[in-house]
Amino acid sequence: MRKAALLVAFLFVSAFLLLAATSTRPFGIPNDSAMDDYFIANAQGEVAVNNVVTAVVFDYRGFDTLGEATVLFAAVVGVLALFRKLREDER
Amino acid sequence: MNHDGMSVIVRTVTRFVYGLILVFGFYVIMHGHLTPGGGFQGGAVVASAFALLLVAFGAAGVKGRLNKHLLQSLEEIGALAFLGLGFAGIGTAFFYNLLANSGTAFFGIGVPAGPNAGILNAGGVVPLMNWAVGLKVMTGIASIVIVMLIGARKEETE
Repeated sequence: MRKAALLVAFLFVSAFLLLAATSTRPFGIPNDSAMDDYFIANAQGEVAVNNVVTAVVFDYRGFDTLGEATVLFAAVVGVLALFRKLREDER
Repeated sequence: MNHDGMSVIVRTVTRFVYGLILVFGFYVIMHGHLTPGGGFQGGAVVASAFALLLVAFGAAGVKGRLNKHLLQSLEEIGALAFLGLGFAGIGTAFFYNLLANSGTAFFGIGVPAGPNAGILNAGGVVPLMNWAVGLKVMTGIASIVIVMLIGARKEETE
């Protein structure tokens, strides 16, 4: 019973992934730099920022920067946990 | 003077260069929306100044000056400020820049299209996010360096 459920779930996810893979755009399209041109043309008007890279990092892709900050936070917490003072019963 | 750090030459040069590195790092953070750089890069520069101080004077030499708990608290404040600025525009979208081009005197001035000299008081939440991320990066890396240096010293003495 459990194996059958797993098989059904596996087939469902596989079919979904295959459907998603076949319904994407053909390779290389859109091949022109539509997104780059949009950023370059609108960064100064929309974000009021001269540095287009900063406009992308902190405005258009702010969520991505949140992930980067989370990576740094995880690194700091990991190092602090590694070098913490051990209790007597942990030695 | 303690013998924890490096030679007199290194310590003297550090005294000269330390302030300059700090000023350059804060400049990179402050002008993140105008020139190459930003919060991450400027924060790393400032943290390198802290690291230089630690290497030159040793852990005992800076013990009273760099407070580990203060640094860690400031890192959390930077992270929460960044997240709060992201949530500030939640009325439109997550990380929506609600201050840009709003006309207010607080980072709300518009920028003319094309090449210009650069307006510092523009960009909406982008400069504020630069400061938040810069604070987070500089204190985070500084606390990593402090903790690792103190841990290494302990290993040596044991």
